[in-house]
Amino acid sequence: MAAGVATWLPFARAAAVGWLPLAKKTMPKPPVDKSSRSDEILYVNVSGVRFQTWKNTLDRYPDTLLGSSEKEFFYNEDTQEFFFDRDPEMFRHILNFYRTGKLHYPRHECIQAFDEELAFYGIVPEIIGDCCMEEYRDRKKENQERLAEDTEANEGMDAPLPPDSTSRERLWRAFENPHTSTMALVFYYVTGFFIAVSVIANVVETVPCRPPKGSVNDLPCGEKFGLAFFCMDTACVLIFTFEYLMRLFAAPSRCKFMRSVMSVIDVVAIMPYYIGLVMPENEDVSGAFVTLRVFRVFRIFKFSRHSQGLRILGYTLKSCASELGFLLFSLTMAIIIFATVMFYAEKGTKGSTFTSIPASFWYTIVTMTTLGYGDMVPNTIAGKIFGSICSLSGVLVIALPVPVIVSNFSRIYHQNQRADKMRAQQKVRMARIRMAKKGTTNAFLQYKEDRGIGDGDSTALCVKNKSAFEHQHHHLLHCLEKTTNHEFTDEINYSELCMTESVGFRTSRSTSLSSHQGAQNNSTGCCPRRARRRAAMRLANSTVSVSRGSVQELDTLHFKTTSIPPQTRSSLNAQCVNLKLNCGNPDYTAAIISIPTPPSNTPDESPPLSPVPIPGILRNTRATAYTHDTVKVSSL
Amino acid sequence: MGAVVGTLTMQTKQRTTSRDSIDDELEMTMVSHRPEGLEQLEAQTNFSKQELQILYRGFKNECPSGMVNEETFKHIYAQFFPHGDASMYAHYLFNAFDTTNNGSIKFKDFVMGLSTLLRGTLREKLEWTFHLYDINNDGYINREEMTEIVRAIYNMMGKYTYPALKGDVPQQHVDAFFQKMDKNKDGVLTLEEFVIACQEDETMMRSMQLFENVM
Repeated sequence: MAAGVATWLPFARAAAVGWLPLAKKTMPKPPVDKSSRSDEILYVNVSGVRFQTWKNTLDRYPDTLLGSSEKEFFYNEDTQEFFFDRDPEMFRHILNFYRTGKLHYPRHECIQAFDEELAFYGIVPEIIGDCCMEEYRDRKKENQERLAEDTEANEGMDAPLPPDSTSRERLWRAFENPHTSTMALVFYYVTGFFIAVSVIANVVETVPCRPPKGSVNDLPCGEKFGLAFFCMDTACVLIFTFEYLMRLFAAPSRCKFMRSVMSVIDVVAIMPYYIGLVMPENEDVSGAFVTLRVFRVFRIFKFSRHSQGLRILGYTLKSCASELGFLLFSLTMAIIIFATVMFYAEKGTKGSTFTSIPASFWYTIVTMTTLGYGDMVPNTIAGKIFGSICSLSGVLVIALPVPVIVSNFSRIYHQNQRADKMRAQQKVRMARIRMAKKGTTNAFLQYKEDRGIGDGDSTALCVKNKSAFEHQHHHLLHCLEKTTNHEFTDEINYSELCMTESVGFRTSRSTSLSSHQGAQNNSTGCCPRRARRRAAMRLANSTVSVSRGSVQELDTLHFKTTSIPPQTRSSLNAQCVNLKLNCGNPDYTAAIISIPTPPSNTPDESPPLSPVPIPGILRNTRATAYTHDTVKVSSL
Repeated sequence: MGAVVGTLTMQTKQRTTSRDSIDDELEMTMVSHRPEGLEQLEAQTNFSKQELQILYRGFKNECPSGMVNEETFKHIYAQFFPHGDASMYAHYLFNAFDTTNNGSIKFKDFVMGLSTLLRGTLREKLEWTFHLYDINNDGYINREEMTEIVRAIYNMMGKYTYPALKGDVPQQHVDAFFQKMDKNKDGVLTLEEFVIACQEDETMMRSMQLFENVM
């Protein structure tokens, strides 16, 4: 029931007097209205802009934030008003909804911001008034499409494969996205080249060449150099067949692949050759054979895998199917009408070319598309009049659906451009995020070092400019370390440790702590150079994959027990007991927690600290950035 | 050819006249009605200033033009009775509220009616009810009028009732009513008969508490 009807409720209840004389039973007691009927003005302060409204106005919609007791949470006793830390511009629209009962969508606002405000105030978007509903829906759909595109682009082709993908998956990825590996790129260009060769061969073999000696007529090159062309054709078809079979093998869903447009084109491109091979040199079927050769021209469509523009064109045509259909239908109608008229108008004349209505179709089409070959021309006056009407209307009928198709094409083209731009920007954004993450990692590691140096409760020389947030955050990470009895460190130290570990690993195997990744541990897997390179590559891979999804990700790596007594680096080689590293850990990353800190400054080489008795391997070889405040952290 | 031009001009002429009437209609709806001053209304009704203010704010919000026509009235009233068809009863109510009989209820009518019903004396309320039942305003309620009213009330119940409406329940209801009310058995009710009979009806007197706490 519309809330405005609440105003009329007293009236409706009063009008019940009309029932009283007729009632056979006593009326029930009316409900006691506890709330005072006197209206009061409420003050609502939204980020400094004060709004005032009657309490009744807000009570109209009791299932929203402002209409229910939820607003009590925002009541400020000191100023006797409700304070909301939200956008006052948007609040204006929200409040108008209460006043008028209609929610309007401000066109200049971002649709997501508006949605968020609605969600905050507990208003369902469905109540947007009819005047603004269409605009809202369009914008929302556009936004969702854009988001879908973005997520598709994110998790799409550019992300590297998980390391445990099968060769089949890798093959498929190589086919779909040639930029991933050089082999795929090579194959891509080779197929492109062969498509071009094949198409050119098809074209050239019909060109008349000089006839061989002893003959008069011109011969098409195809017959003169028959063998050469046949060999070229065979080579192309072999390559195409090979490619098709590879794609079929690699496709994740073979049925879906076989039904896709590109695969059909592939099949149509190579089938004529094989059919030609198996077909005997029979006169009867040679006609059909000639037809088959025509299908060879479909090889040119294979280029659409190589060209995005072609794909866009195809997609546009598909999406404009209804407009094209309309165009076709209206053209057909007009053609039939005009052809009939012209035929009967020209029927009497001698030697008229309009021999039948289907024959007049040709004239009508040529006239309506303003081609005007002139092979069929009306002679009677009536014929000429209707002919001119035909050509005028042809211009109109064809001009009508064309703008729709054009606008569709431009929209899709721009979408594609945007997708490409997004992908390019994504890389920059990821790089920036990575820098930020590195910054926070090092902040924590620095803090640990300082803490270690200061031995727990240092009397700080100067307190670092760390926010309360950072303090609490580092404390949390510290607690995690204590829980798991491992420590955070960064990748350089880790790989070094790996190196040193392999030396003394064989003897310490028995004392290894068990971890679920321990199974992969063996000394060969800890080969120093390979491990470092692999580790670096995996790091690169996983940071990229980390960029997917939310910004806050906690991939920890921990590989050292804190039970080892403080020791210098040199003594590590000697110490074999209790030293276990998960070197074979296939996926580790540095402890990366990103909080919105500005990216750190340019990295500067910090002077390596002397081997400090830290219960850790935090040798300061980091070439990574850290903030330029060299301060101690007071113990948390 | 002349005939063609002639018909074409005739068409345009018709269109212009219809367009004029549409403009006139728009003009009429744009006009808004303002009630008399707050003091006068306070004097004429039994409401206090605050109550009048609250009532007017709600009224003006719903009807910015200041007047309610019958369609809107029916629509509003129907919202309270979604089960059945409240249009007939709303029609009679509209006529009862529209004391000036000009097809629209203004705020003054609205508030005077409410004042009578909610703050008036018993006699005033009964008079208002009599006025509601007396459809043709001739001072008498006859059986037909009563039947109309009762049917309209039963229509508001809708189809799905328990126990189901079987037979001509409204007619029986009217017969019972007239039996109770019509003292001199002349088939019509006068105002006096109605008032006296109602005052004697204990059930009804107890039900008058309906009007507590409405405003």
